Amino acid sequence: MKDIKVLGPGCKRCQTTEDMVKAAAGELGLDVSVEKVTDYAEIAKYGIVSTPGIVIDGKVVHAGGLPKEDDLKRWLNA
Amino acid sequence: MNTHALSLKDMRKSQAIWFAGIAAALVLWFALYRQLLPSAQWLVAQTPIKPGSHLASSVEFFFYDTPKVLMLLTLVVFAMGVVRTFFSPEHTRALLAGKREGLGNIAAAHLGIVTPFCSCSAVPLFVGFVSAGVPLGVTFSFLIAAPMVNEVALGLLFALVGWQVALTYLAFGLGLAIVAGWVIGRLHLEGWLEPWVREVRAGETELEDIHMSWVDRFEAGWDAVKEIVGKVWYWIIAGIAAGAFIHGYVPAELLSHIMGADRWWSVPAAILLGIPMYSNAAGIIPVIEALLGKGTALGTVLAFMMSVIALSFPEMIILRKVLSLKLIAVFIAVVGCGILAVGYLFNALFS
Repeated sequence: MKDIKVLGPGCKRCQTTEDMVKAAAGELGLDVSVEKVTDYAEIAKYGIVSTPGIVIDGKVVHAGGLPKEDDLKRWLNA
Repeated sequence: MNTHALSLKDMRKSQAIWFAGIAAALVLWFALYRQLLPSAQWLVAQTPIKPGSHLASSVEFFFYDTPKVLMLLTLVVFAMGVVRTFFSPEHTRALLAGKREGLGNIAAAHLGIVTPFCSCSAVPLFVGFVSAGVPLGVTFSFLIAAPMVNEVALGLLFALVGWQVALTYLAFGLGLAIVAGWVIGRLHLEGWLEPWVREVRAGETELEDIHMSWVDRFEAGWDAVKEIVGKVWYWIIAGIAAGAFIHGYVPAELLSHIMGADRWWSVPAAILLGIPMYSNAAGIIPVIEALLGKGTALGTVLAFMMSVIALSFPEMIILRKVLSLKLIAVFIAVVGCGILAVGYLFNALFS
Protein backbone atom coordinates (compact mmCIF):
# COMPACT_ATOMS: atom_id res chain seq x y z
CA MET A 1 0.00 0.00 0.00
CA LYS A 2 1.37 3.36 -1.02
CA ASP A 3 1.26 6.23 1.40
CA ILE A 4 0.53 9.46 -0.46
CA LYS A 5 0.47 12.95 0.95
CA VAL A 6 -0.85 16.00 -0.87
CA LEU A 7 0.75 19.16 0.50
CA GLY A 8 -1.14 22.41 0.27
CA PRO A 9 -2.87 25.01 2.43
CA GLY A 10 -6.25 24.21 0.91
CA CYS A 11 -6.47 26.29 -2.21
CA LYS A 12 -8.50 25.13 -5.16
CA ARG A 13 -5.53 23.65 -6.98
CA CYS A 14 -4.60 21.55 -3.96
CA GLN A 15 -8.11 20.09 -3.89
CA THR A 16 -7.92 19.36 -7.62
CA THR A 17 -4.54 17.68 -7.14
CA GLU A 18 -5.93 15.43 -4.44
CA ASP A 19 -8.83 14.42 -6.69
CA MET A 20 -6.40 13.72 -9.53
CA VAL A 21 -4.25 11.50 -7.32
CA LYS A 22 -7.26 9.51 -6.19
CA ALA A 23 -8.58 9.17 -9.72
CA ALA A 24 -5.21 8.06 -11.11
CA ALA A 25 -4.75 5.51 -8.33
CA GLY A 26 -8.24 4.22 -8.96
CA GLU A 27 -7.56 3.83 -12.68
CA LEU A 28 -4.37 1.92 -11.99
CA GLY A 29 -6.15 -0.23 -9.43
CA LEU A 30 -3.61 0.65 -6.73
CA ASP A 31 -4.28 0.43 -3.05
CA VAL A 32 -3.33 3.83 -1.64
CA SER A 33 -3.96 6.01 1.35
CA VAL A 34 -4.21 9.68 0.49
CA GLU A 35 -3.66 12.20 3.22
CA LYS A 36 -3.87 15.95 2.94
CA VAL A 37 -1.26 18.05 4.74
CA THR A 38 -2.45 21.61 5.28
CA ASP A 39 -0.23 22.75 8.13
CA TYR A 40 2.39 25.20 6.88
CA ALA A 41 5.09 23.96 9.24
CA GLU A 42 4.53 20.37 8.10
CA ILE A 43 4.61 21.41 4.45
CA ALA A 44 7.84 23.33 4.96
CA LYS A 45 9.53 20.26 6.44
CA TYR A 46 9.32 18.56 3.09
CA GLY A 47 11.45 21.33 1.65
CA ILE A 48 9.07 22.41 -1.09
CA VAL A 49 8.58 26.07 -1.95
CA SER A 50 5.45 25.99 -4.05
CA THR A 51 2.21 24.16 -3.56
CA PRO A 52 0.51 21.83 -4.22
CA GLY A 53 3.14 19.17 -3.61
CA ILE A 54 2.88 15.40 -3.80
CA VAL A 55 4.79 13.01 -1.56
CA ILE A 56 4.75 9.27 -2.28
CA ASP A 57 6.16 6.98 0.41
CA GLY A 58 8.10 9.86 1.93
CA LYS A 59 9.63 11.07 -1.33
CA VAL A 60 8.64 14.42 -2.84
CA VAL A 61 7.76 13.85 -6.48
CA HIS A 62 6.07 17.09 -7.40
CA ALA A 63 5.87 20.72 -6.29
CA GLY A 64 3.97 23.66 -7.72
CA GLY A 65 0.97 23.61 -10.01
CA LEU A 66 -1.22 20.79 -11.15
CA PRO A 67 0.60 17.57 -12.00
CA LYS A 68 0.30 16.02 -15.43
CA GLU A 69 -1.79 12.90 -15.56
CA ASP A 70 0.91 10.86 -17.32
CA ASP A 71 3.52 11.87 -14.74
CA LEU A 72 1.16 11.07 -11.92
CA LYS A 73 0.65 7.53 -13.18
CA ARG A 74 4.37 7.08 -13.66
CA TRP A 75 5.09 8.17 -10.08
CA LEU A 76 2.35 5.93 -8.72
CA ASN A 77 3.66 2.94 -10.65
CA ALA A 78 7.27 3.47 -9.64
CA MET B 1 -6.56 10.23 -46.00
CA ASN B 2 -4.38 9.54 -43.09
CA THR B 3 -4.20 13.09 -41.85
CA HIS B 4 -7.95 13.21 -41.35
CA ALA B 5 -7.65 10.44 -38.85
CA LEU B 6 -5.38 12.58 -36.67
CA SER B 7 -7.37 13.69 -33.71
CA LEU B 8 -6.91 17.10 -32.12
CA LYS B 9 -5.19 15.42 -29.22
CA ASP B 10 -2.54 13.90 -31.47
CA MET B 11 -2.05 17.19 -33.26
CA ARG B 12 -1.31 18.91 -29.97
CA LYS B 13 1.65 16.62 -29.51
CA SER B 14 3.33 17.80 -32.69
CA GLN B 15 5.88 20.53 -32.38
CA ALA B 16 5.55 21.56 -36.04
CA ILE B 17 1.82 22.05 -35.70
CA TRP B 18 2.28 24.18 -32.58
CA PHE B 19 4.80 26.43 -34.33
CA ALA B 20 2.59 26.76 -37.42
CA GLY B 21 -0.47 27.37 -35.27
CA ILE B 22 1.24 30.07 -33.24
CA ALA B 23 2.51 31.80 -36.39
CA ALA B 24 -0.98 31.77 -37.90
CA ALA B 25 -2.51 33.01 -34.65
CA LEU B 26 -0.01 35.88 -34.50
CA VAL B 27 -0.83 37.02 -38.05
CA LEU B 28 -4.53 36.87 -37.29
CA TRP B 29 -3.92 38.71 -34.01
CA PHE B 30 -2.20 41.67 -35.70
CA ALA B 31 -4.77 41.80 -38.49
CA LEU B 32 -7.60 41.93 -35.97
CA TYR B 33 -5.79 44.40 -33.76
CA ARG B 34 -5.45 46.95 -36.56
CA GLN B 35 -9.19 46.83 -37.16
CA LEU B 36 -10.20 47.54 -33.57
CA LEU B 37 -10.53 51.32 -33.67
CA PRO B 38 -12.45 51.50 -36.98
CA SER B 39 -14.79 48.74 -35.78
CA ALA B 40 -15.45 50.52 -32.49
CA GLN B 41 -16.24 53.75 -34.33
CA TRP B 42 -18.45 51.89 -36.76
CA LEU B 43 -20.30 50.18 -33.91
CA VAL B 44 -20.99 53.47 -32.16
CA ALA B 45 -22.15 54.99 -35.45
CA GLN B 46 -24.76 52.23 -35.74
CA THR B 47 -26.33 53.23 -32.43
CA PRO B 48 -28.65 56.21 -32.02
CA ILE B 49 -26.10 57.90 -29.73
CA LYS B 50 -25.39 61.45 -30.79
CA PRO B 51 -21.87 61.67 -32.29
CA GLY B 52 -19.44 63.75 -30.27
CA SER B 53 -21.46 63.48 -27.06
CA HIS B 54 -20.10 62.34 -23.68
CA LEU B 55 -21.96 59.07 -24.09
CA ALA B 56 -20.51 58.43 -27.55
CA SER B 57 -17.02 59.05 -26.23
CA SER B 58 -17.56 56.67 -23.30
CA VAL B 59 -19.13 53.93 -25.41
CA GLU B 60 -16.42 54.12 -28.05
CA PHE B 61 -13.72 53.89 -25.38
CA PHE B 62 -15.44 50.80 -24.00
CA PHE B 63 -15.88 49.04 -27.36
CA TYR B 64 -12.31 49.82 -28.36
CA ASP B 65 -10.55 49.05 -25.10
CA THR B 66 -12.29 45.82 -24.13
CA PRO B 67 -11.11 43.73 -27.09
CA LYS B 68 -7.78 45.56 -27.16
CA VAL B 69 -6.93 44.83 -23.55
CA LEU B 70 -8.12 41.24 -23.72
CA MET B 71 -6.11 40.56 -26.88
CA LEU B 72 -2.97 42.13 -25.45
CA LEU B 73 -3.37 40.27 -22.21
CA THR B 74 -3.70 36.95 -24.02
CA LEU B 75 -0.53 37.59 -25.99
CA VAL B 76 1.52 38.73 -23.01
CA VAL B 77 0.33 35.98 -20.69
CA PHE B 78 1.05 33.31 -23.26
CA ALA B 79 4.58 34.57 -23.86
CA MET B 80 5.26 34.86 -20.14
CA GLY B 81 3.74 31.44 -19.47
CA VAL B 82 6.29 29.96 -21.88
CA VAL B 83 9.19 31.94 -20.34
CA ARG B 84 8.21 30.78 -16.84
CA THR B 85 8.62 27.13 -17.74
CA PHE B 86 12.37 27.81 -17.67
CA PHE B 87 12.19 28.78 -13.98
CA SER B 88 10.79 27.23 -10.83
CA PRO B 89 10.60 28.49 -7.24
CA GLU B 90 12.83 25.59 -6.17
CA HIS B 91 15.54 26.65 -8.59
CA THR B 92 15.20 30.27 -7.58
CA ARG B 93 15.64 29.33 -3.96
CA ALA B 94 18.75 27.33 -4.75
CA LEU B 95 20.12 30.34 -6.61
CA LEU B 96 19.40 32.70 -3.72
CA ALA B 97 20.36 30.56 -0.74
CA GLY B 98 23.45 31.88 0.95
CA LYS B 99 23.63 34.90 -1.34
CA ARG B 100 24.87 37.98 0.37
CA GLU B 101 22.64 40.98 0.80
CA GLY B 102 22.93 43.59 -1.87
CA LEU B 103 23.66 41.30 -4.79
CA GLY B 104 21.11 38.87 -3.38
CA ASN B 105 18.44 41.59 -3.29
CA ILE B 106 19.10 42.48 -6.90
CA ALA B 107 18.95 38.85 -8.03
CA ALA B 108 15.81 38.21 -5.97
CA ALA B 109 13.91 41.16 -7.44
CA HIS B 110 14.72 40.07 -10.99
CA LEU B 111 13.89 36.44 -10.31
CA GLY B 112 10.60 37.64 -8.83
CA ILE B 113 9.50 38.68 -12.31
CA VAL B 114 10.13 35.40 -14.07
CA THR B 115 9.54 32.78 -11.37
CA PRO B 116 6.08 31.26 -11.48
CA PHE B 117 4.35 32.24 -8.28
CA CYS B 118 0.77 32.22 -7.11
CA SER B 119 -0.36 34.15 -4.07
CA CYS B 120 -1.69 31.00 -2.39
CA SER B 121 1.93 29.80 -2.38
CA ALA B 122 3.18 32.94 -0.64
CA VAL B 123 3.49 31.34 2.79
CA PRO B 124 5.18 28.07 1.75
CA LEU B 125 7.48 30.14 -0.42
CA PHE B 126 8.37 32.52 2.36
CA VAL B 127 9.03 29.71 4.83
CA GLY B 128 10.86 27.67 2.23
CA PHE B 129 13.16 30.56 1.38
CA VAL B 130 13.93 31.61 4.94
CA SER B 131 14.45 28.07 6.22
CA ALA B 132 16.84 27.30 3.38
CA GLY B 133 19.10 30.18 4.37
CA VAL B 134 17.88 32.89 2.02
CA PRO B 135 18.33 36.11 4.05
CA LEU B 136 15.10 37.75 5.22
CA GLY B 137 15.70 40.95 3.26
CA VAL B 138 16.42 39.01 0.07
CA THR B 139 13.20 37.05 0.55
CA PHE B 140 11.32 40.33 0.86
CA SER B 141 12.86 41.65 -2.33
CA PHE B 142 11.43 38.63 -4.08
CA LEU B 143 8.02 38.93 -2.43
CA ILE B 144 7.72 42.62 -3.29
CA ALA B 145 8.82 42.27 -6.89
CA ALA B 146 6.79 39.16 -7.72
CA PRO B 147 3.30 40.66 -7.62
CA MET B 148 4.25 44.25 -8.48
CA VAL B 149 6.45 43.90 -11.52
CA ASN B 150 4.44 41.24 -13.25
CA GLU B 151 3.95 40.57 -16.91
CA VAL B 152 0.33 41.65 -16.88
CA ALA B 153 1.15 45.08 -15.47
CA LEU B 154 4.11 45.64 -17.78
CA GLY B 155 2.44 44.33 -20.91
CA LEU B 156 -0.65 46.41 -20.42
CA LEU B 157 1.24 49.58 -19.50
CA PHE B 158 3.37 49.13 -22.60
CA ALA B 159 0.31 48.74 -24.80
CA LEU B 160 -1.94 51.37 -23.29
CA VAL B 161 0.32 54.18 -22.11
CA GLY B 162 3.50 53.56 -24.04
CA TRP B 163 6.87 51.91 -23.63
CA GLN B 164 8.45 54.84 -21.77
CA VAL B 165 6.01 54.46 -18.91
CA ALA B 166 6.29 50.66 -18.95
CA LEU B 167 10.09 50.76 -18.80
CA THR B 168 10.13 53.35 -16.04
CA TYR B 169 7.63 51.29 -14.10
CA LEU B 170 9.87 48.25 -14.54
CA ALA B 171 12.96 50.14 -13.38
CA PHE B 172 11.29 51.76 -10.40
CA GLY B 173 9.43 48.58 -9.42
CA LEU B 174 12.69 46.64 -9.38
CA GLY B 175 14.48 49.46 -7.58
CA LEU B 176 11.79 49.61 -4.93
CA ALA B 177 11.88 45.85 -4.35
CA ILE B 178 15.68 45.89 -4.09
CA VAL B 179 15.93 48.87 -1.74
CA ALA B 180 12.96 47.93 0.45
CA GLY B 181 14.28 44.37 0.83
CA TRP B 182 17.74 45.65 1.59
CA VAL B 183 16.44 48.05 4.26
CA ILE B 184 14.39 45.30 5.90
CA GLY B 185 17.49 43.09 5.87
CA ARG B 186 19.61 45.83 7.47
CA LEU B 187 17.10 46.18 10.30
CA HIS B 188 17.79 42.56 11.37
CA LEU B 189 14.22 41.66 12.14
CA GLU B 190 14.58 37.88 12.04
CA GLY B 191 13.40 37.81 15.65
CA TRP B 192 10.06 39.23 14.58
CA LEU B 193 9.08 36.21 12.55
CA GLU B 194 6.46 33.95 14.02
CA PRO B 195 8.32 31.46 16.27
CA TRP B 196 7.42 28.33 14.29
CA VAL B 197 8.95 29.80 11.14
CA ARG B 198 12.34 30.10 12.80
CA GLU B 199 12.19 26.49 14.00
CA VAL B 200 11.38 24.90 10.68
CA ARG B 201 14.28 23.01 9.18
CA ALA B 202 13.58 22.38 5.57
CA GLY B 203 14.20 18.86 4.41
CA GLU B 204 16.37 18.24 1.42
CA THR B 205 14.43 17.62 -1.72
CA GLU B 206 15.72 16.67 -5.06
CA LEU B 207 12.99 16.83 -7.58
CA GLU B 208 13.79 14.93 -10.71
CA ASP B 209 14.56 17.27 -13.53
CA ILE B 210 11.62 16.92 -15.82
CA HIS B 211 12.70 17.40 -19.38
CA MET B 212 10.29 19.76 -21.08
CA SER B 213 9.80 19.78 -24.80
CA TRP B 214 8.66 22.88 -26.66
CA VAL B 215 5.22 21.35 -26.87
CA ASP B 216 5.11 21.15 -23.06
CA ARG B 217 6.20 24.77 -22.80
CA PHE B 218 3.56 25.95 -25.27
CA GLU B 219 0.96 23.92 -23.43
CA ALA B 220 2.02 25.65 -20.21
CA GLY B 221 1.68 29.04 -21.92
CA TRP B 222 -1.80 28.15 -23.09
CA ASP B 223 -2.74 26.90 -19.62
CA ALA B 224 -1.59 30.24 -18.21
CA VAL B 225 -3.83 32.07 -20.69
CA LYS B 226 -6.83 29.96 -19.75
CA GLU B 227 -6.18 30.43 -16.07
CA ILE B 228 -5.22 34.11 -15.88
CA VAL B 229 -7.43 35.52 -18.59
CA GLY B 230 -10.26 33.31 -17.35
CA LYS B 231 -9.81 34.74 -13.88
CA VAL B 232 -9.35 38.42 -14.63
CA TRP B 233 -11.61 39.17 -17.60
CA TYR B 234 -14.47 40.48 -15.48
CA TRP B 235 -12.06 42.68 -13.53
CA ILE B 236 -10.88 44.09 -16.80
CA ILE B 237 -14.36 44.80 -18.06
CA ALA B 238 -15.22 46.49 -14.76
CA GLY B 239 -11.97 48.47 -15.00
CA ILE B 240 -12.69 49.53 -18.56
CA ALA B 241 -16.24 50.52 -17.66
CA ALA B 242 -14.85 52.75 -14.89
CA GLY B 243 -12.25 54.07 -17.32
CA ALA B 244 -14.93 54.73 -19.94
CA PHE B 245 -16.93 56.73 -17.45
CA ILE B 246 -13.91 58.85 -16.52
CA HIS B 247 -13.04 59.20 -20.18
CA GLY B 248 -16.46 60.50 -21.17
CA TYR B 249 -17.79 62.33 -18.15
CA VAL B 250 -15.14 63.51 -15.72
CA PRO B 251 -13.86 66.90 -16.82
CA ALA B 252 -10.11 67.12 -17.28
CA GLU B 253 -9.75 70.28 -15.17
CA LEU B 254 -11.28 68.56 -12.16
CA LEU B 255 -8.77 65.71 -12.11
CA SER B 256 -5.70 67.74 -12.93
CA HIS B 257 -6.82 70.07 -10.18
CA ILE B 258 -7.07 67.27 -7.60
CA MET B 259 -4.33 64.97 -8.84
CA GLY B 260 -2.00 67.26 -10.76
CA ALA B 261 1.71 67.40 -10.08
CA ASP B 262 1.56 70.67 -8.14
CA ARG B 263 -0.49 69.13 -5.35
CA TRP B 264 2.04 67.74 -2.89
CA TRP B 265 -0.53 65.72 -0.95
CA SER B 266 -1.85 63.90 -4.00
CA VAL B 267 0.85 61.20 -3.86
CA PRO B 268 0.32 60.14 -0.22
CA ALA B 269 -3.44 60.35 -0.75
CA ALA B 270 -3.18 58.03 -3.75
CA ILE B 271 -1.16 55.51 -1.73
CA LEU B 272 -3.60 55.51 1.20
CA LEU B 273 -6.47 55.13 -1.23
CA GLY B 274 -4.74 52.15 -2.83
CA ILE B 275 -4.12 50.03 0.28
CA PRO B 276 -7.66 48.82 0.97
CA MET B 277 -8.33 48.39 -2.74
CA TYR B 278 -7.62 44.94 -3.97
CA SER B 279 -7.40 44.52 -7.64
CA ASN B 280 -4.90 42.97 -9.90
CA ALA B 281 -2.91 44.98 -12.38
CA ALA B 282 -5.27 44.01 -15.17
CA GLY B 283 -8.29 45.71 -13.65
CA ILE B 284 -6.53 48.88 -12.60
CA ILE B 285 -4.71 49.73 -15.80
CA PRO B 286 -7.70 50.82 -17.90
CA VAL B 287 -8.57 53.25 -15.10
CA ILE B 288 -5.00 54.50 -15.12
CA GLU B 289 -5.05 55.07 -18.84
CA ALA B 290 -8.19 57.16 -18.50
CA LEU B 291 -6.80 59.10 -15.52
CA LEU B 292 -3.61 59.93 -17.38
CA GLY B 293 -5.59 61.14 -20.36
CA LYS B 294 -7.33 63.57 -18.06
CA GLY B 295 -4.17 65.26 -16.84
CA THR B 296 -3.45 63.31 -13.67
CA ALA B 297 0.25 63.41 -12.87
CA LEU B 298 2.10 60.25 -13.87
CA GLY B 299 3.87 59.79 -10.51
CA THR B 300 0.60 60.01 -8.63
CA VAL B 301 -0.99 57.43 -10.90
CA LEU B 302 1.95 55.02 -10.63
CA ALA B 303 2.03 55.40 -6.85
CA PHE B 304 -1.64 54.54 -6.78
CA MET B 305 -1.07 51.51 -8.96
CA MET B 306 1.88 50.22 -6.95
CA SER B 307 -0.04 50.71 -3.73
CA VAL B 308 -3.06 48.78 -5.01
CA ILE B 309 -0.92 45.87 -6.14
CA ALA B 310 1.91 45.70 -3.59
CA LEU B 311 0.17 46.77 -0.40
CA SER B 312 -3.08 44.91 -0.12
CA PHE B 313 -4.98 43.76 2.94
CA PRO B 314 -5.67 40.22 1.70
CA GLU B 315 -1.95 39.63 1.21
CA MET B 316 -1.21 40.99 4.69
CA ILE B 317 -3.68 38.51 6.14
CA ILE B 318 -1.92 35.64 4.40
CA LEU B 319 1.51 36.87 5.51
CA ARG B 320 0.28 37.33 9.09
CA LYS B 321 0.69 33.55 9.44
CA VAL B 322 4.46 33.94 9.24
CA LEU B 323 5.16 37.54 10.22
CA SER B 324 4.45 39.26 13.49
CA LEU B 325 2.30 42.39 13.36
CA LYS B 326 5.41 44.50 14.04
CA LEU B 327 7.13 43.04 11.00
CA ILE B 328 4.07 43.64 8.83
CA ALA B 329 4.01 47.25 10.02
CA VAL B 330 7.67 47.66 9.06
CA PHE B 331 6.95 46.07 5.68
CA ILE B 332 4.09 48.50 5.00
CA ALA B 333 6.14 51.47 6.19
CA VAL B 334 9.22 50.64 4.11
CA VAL B 335 7.30 49.80 0.93
CA GLY B 336 4.99 52.79 1.45
CA CYS B 337 7.95 55.17 1.75
CA GLY B 338 9.47 53.67 -1.37
CA ILE B 339 6.27 54.19 -3.34
CA LEU B 340 6.05 57.74 -2.02
CA ALA B 341 9.57 58.42 -3.29
CA VAL B 342 8.75 56.90 -6.69
CA GLY B 343 5.64 59.07 -6.94
CA TYR B 344 7.41 62.34 -6.16
CA LEU B 345 10.37 61.50 -8.36
CA PHE B 346 8.12 60.75 -11.31
CA ASN B 347 6.13 63.90 -10.85
CA ALA B 348 9.34 65.89 -10.70
CA LEU B 349 10.83 64.18 -13.76
CA PHE B 350 7.83 64.19 -16.07
CA SER B 351 6.10 67.47 -15.42
